[in-house]
Amino acid sequence: MSRPPASAFLYLSVALVSAAALACEVLLTRLLAIVHWHHFAYLVISLALLGFGASGAFLSLAGSWCTARFRACWVANAAGFGFGAPLCFALAQALPFNALEVAWSARQWGWLALLFLCLALPFFAAANCIALSFLRYRERIAAVYAADLAGAGLGAAGVIGWLYVSPPEAVLQGLAALGLAAAIPMGWGGGRALRAACAALGLAAAFLALAPPLVPLAPSQFKGLSQALEVDGARVTATRTSPLGVLSAVENDRVPVRHAPGLSLASTAAIAPQIGVYTDAEHLRVITRFDGDFARLRYLAESTSALPYHAVRPARVLVLGAGGGAGVLQALEAGAEEVHAVEIDPEMVALVREDFADFAGDLYRHPRVRVHVAEARDHLRARFERYDLIQIALLDSFGAAAAGLHASSESYLYTVEAVRAALERLRPGGVLAFTGWVKVPPRDGVKLFATLIAALEERGVSDSDRHLAWVRGWSTATLMLKRDAWSAAEIDAIRDFARTRSFDLVHVPGVAREEANRFNRLDRPWFFEAAAALLGPHRERFFERYKFHVEPASDDRPHFSRFVKWAHLPELLRLQRQGGIGLLELGYPVLVVTLGVSLLAGALLILAPLAFLPAPSPRPPARAGVCAYFLCIGFAFLAIEIAFIQKAMLLLGAPVLAVAVVLSAFLVSAGIGSLAVQRSAARGLPVRAVAVAIAALSGLYLWGLPAFVEAVATLPLVLRAALVVVMLFPLGVLMGMPFPVGLRRLAAAAAPWTPWAWGINGCASVSGAVASTLLAVHFGFSAVVLLAAGVYLLAGALERVSFPRSG
Amino acid sequence: MRCLLLLMAAGLSSAAFGVRAAADGYEEARHGMLEAVRRLVADTRVETGRAALAPEVMRALESVPRHEFVPSGLVARAYENRPLPIGHGQTISQPYIVALMTDLLGSGPDRAVLEVGTGSGYQAAVLAELGARVYSVEIIPPLAESAKRRLDRLGYGDVAVKLGDGYYGWPEHAPFDAIIVTAAAGHVPPPLVEQLAPGARMVIPVGPRFAVQHLLLIEKGHEEGEIFTRNILPVRFVPLTGDH
Repeated sequence: MSRPPASAFLYLSVALVSAAALACEVLLTRLLAIVHWHHFAYLVISLALLGFGASGAFLSLAGSWCTARFRACWVANAAGFGFGAPLCFALAQALPFNALEVAWSARQWGWLALLFLCLALPFFAAANCIALSFLRYRERIAAVYAADLAGAGLGAAGVIGWLYVSPPEAVLQGLAALGLAAAIPMGWGGGRALRAACAALGLAAAFLALAPPLVPLAPSQFKGLSQALEVDGARVTATRTSPLGVLSAVENDRVPVRHAPGLSLASTAAIAPQIGVYTDAEHLRVITRFDGDFARLRYLAESTSALPYHAVRPARVLVLGAGGGAGVLQALEAGAEEVHAVEIDPEMVALVREDFADFAGDLYRHPRVRVHVAEARDHLRARFERYDLIQIALLDSFGAAAAGLHASSESYLYTVEAVRAALERLRPGGVLAFTGWVKVPPRDGVKLFATLIAALEERGVSDSDRHLAWVRGWSTATLMLKRDAWSAAEIDAIRDFARTRSFDLVHVPGVAREEANRFNRLDRPWFFEAAAALLGPHRERFFERYKFHVEPASDDRPHFSRFVKWAHLPELLRLQRQGGIGLLELGYPVLVVTLGVSLLAGALLILAPLAFLPAPSPRPPARAGVCAYFLCIGFAFLAIEIAFIQKAMLLLGAPVLAVAVVLSAFLVSAGIGSLAVQRSAARGLPVRAVAVAIAALSGLYLWGLPAFVEAVATLPLVLRAALVVVMLFPLGVLMGMPFPVGLRRLAAAAAPWTPWAWGINGCASVSGAVASTLLAVHFGFSAVVLLAAGVYLLAGALERVSFPRSG
Repeated sequence: MRCLLLLMAAGLSSAAFGVRAAADGYEEARHGMLEAVRRLVADTRVETGRAALAPEVMRALESVPRHEFVPSGLVARAYENRPLPIGHGQTISQPYIVALMTDLLGSGPDRAVLEVGTGSGYQAAVLAELGARVYSVEIIPPLAESAKRRLDRLGYGDVAVKLGDGYYGWPEHAPFDAIIVTAAAGHVPPPLVEQLAPGARMVIPVGPRFAVQHLLLIEKGHEEGEIFTRNILPVRFVPLTGDH
């Protein structure tokens, strides 16, 4: 056995490989979302992380062989990660997997399995590096774990920052270089051969870091961007990238882009020239040519989203999700005096303001327009201006729901609390308007209508029907909520707007059944009936009997796009075989499948090594007890982490920022907790006490969070992020303790079992993350935090059973 | 006399069609496909408003050799009742959807039908079997070429295929008795609505590839500016449970 490396080198190597692995995890969700669709990204990445579990199982078997060749094995695994990350991704991208075909073909599931096995390999290698270090340095386990966590924390924050400056495919290569570089501090102290290998890895790392991306991204041929580029004359004329997504601007002189969602069939107006902007190769938004002549934009008044301009003639308009500016132009065309455009993606704004400023007629510098780069809900909370109209039209989470991709993702813009916040930003007579695609059978529209009613009732409005209006075309529908009751003249204007454009009324005060199914006929006036039921006395019964989940979303359960009810899942799955997949909101079943597979694979990875675990003398710990302990803390850590990421979204706006800040705050502080265990400060502390403190602290945060969010809403973002970090730090420090305490105890009693425990922790993290999301969909994030606190307490109780003190 | 000759020729050519599809070794597969379509049509009679499709539509489906319209690697699955990829991000629609759309467009001899999005040419062939004059526009150059060649080779040479932008329809041959738009967008091109004859119908499948959500049927009234649509759910689904 070679000389052990100096501590600093060991920790540096561990931290580097952890940073690269965690950054790679975050990055792969981006890469797969671009190549395929993001619900599959979630599935694949969750399962790929089972590579950690597999590493535990593997080292349970081969641990002693590997520790005898510690440095060489470590270097080989770091190299495995470094080369594996880009190679496996290239391979995964080359697989003929087609996400859209999974409903039709069993073969696709096979490709999907291969895809995730492929992507699990680099994680397996990185996890081996860490578990090997535990095995080899059992007296320094807590410090190694601290380096692992700190590295991971910096990796999480670093990769998000990196994605602001480099395209994702370049970042992948950079991370590969980082993985290779991790081998060098570890391998340099070894023999001559190892040193030579390290030199070669160093050269390879330098090459990867400096070379242009070797694996270009190839989005699925069925994504919007790919299809647009098949058309004669189409070319990408600008690309901008950030963690929010890759924007590709497409121009075509021969076959112009023409995007006018919801345009009336009665309209004969020509569409102005446009540049299409795809986000992650999907979800088209457009930049419209504008030369100051509003006559060329007449078509913008012919879509359902123009309804509020005809109902109330607003002077001061807030457009949430302004994108390329179509909604802003619509407001200007309708005569608005002042238009505030809120767009979350600074790169999107830059496309309009810089790359295509001439084409767009410098729209975002127009004297009547003010642009705010902000998340919509955040903007509503932080600013105190009031508007005559708040317009939310065809945003990603509501708009691109064509295949229901978002069931498990959160949107804090379609919750009862969000509607209430928006209502407070309305001037007297002001209107809040939402436009979304029409889905049959009705789902999101119905849920939004229920949400609007709930928000009105919370304000003490008893005659909600006099505040609401809903108009439906064949492809889009627009819902309006007025702060005050509609006047007779406004109701007439709504009726007139609908009739002249061949749109149907779903609801206005006094709507007749005959008006609801005239131009765009359904076999029954489903929308009208749903609206009537929601406004009538039997609302609860309607919720119960409706086959989709259409009860309002709340900030604690912000899963607006979850429509599937457990009870009707079998029926929906049956329909899928007939081609009814459009009815199935994929996100939710994908979540269930992910949980199922992760539980099965986890069980296998945990149980399989049992046959090989040597029984150390004289008093081996109980296997069941050890397993339960590490399952508990693995699950609880992830559950709290995920719940607070969600809660932080409300505080920090952009989800990607919440992920980066919360993840790195938790991981780095947990690293410090682990270090405290190593430095004996917390060595004697019983896990029970730690668990009680975690439960108390997370309970406190849960209780105080809503008030906290309100209190800090107007602070600058940097300050809010700093506050989140400060708040989470003590919790993270505590959460970093139970794992190294347990692992140290285990190492003292049965050293060869540590990889097994590492594997259990890995599997529990994967299933824990998925289970937490699923639980949050049903019971809310508060319930998830409470459950996790309970599980921590259970782990505290298990400590004494699982690790009887031998001395 | 000339008329008679023409009629005979028409008779001959339609007989030839029958022969072409009948002796290709795929009769059984095609029969299975028809059965699957029939079952699904019966299943969804409430949603579509028809218990069975017009016999001539089913005959057309029986006559067109679908396996000729799919990529060589997928020939074995050509007669499954499902959509298949044909390259360039495009698909050949599920036979049930093709049948239903064809039926919704109505039939009758010598009707002018515009198709926007030729794809493999399968839908155009089915329409041609029904005796329609088919004008088909395809925007993706290699698909337009291969579809034209395929249709010619299989005896559907009368189908006019044009490479180009379907947004403006095909004004030279307008008005049309039926229009079928296979690539759905967020809006229906106004020129297409214009080229629809009074009383005629347009059908558009709505939803992403491989997953038709509903069929949009657009009917132009006989009065000026009268436009109606119907949303047709191609699956059996009642949104409410219990005592409805």
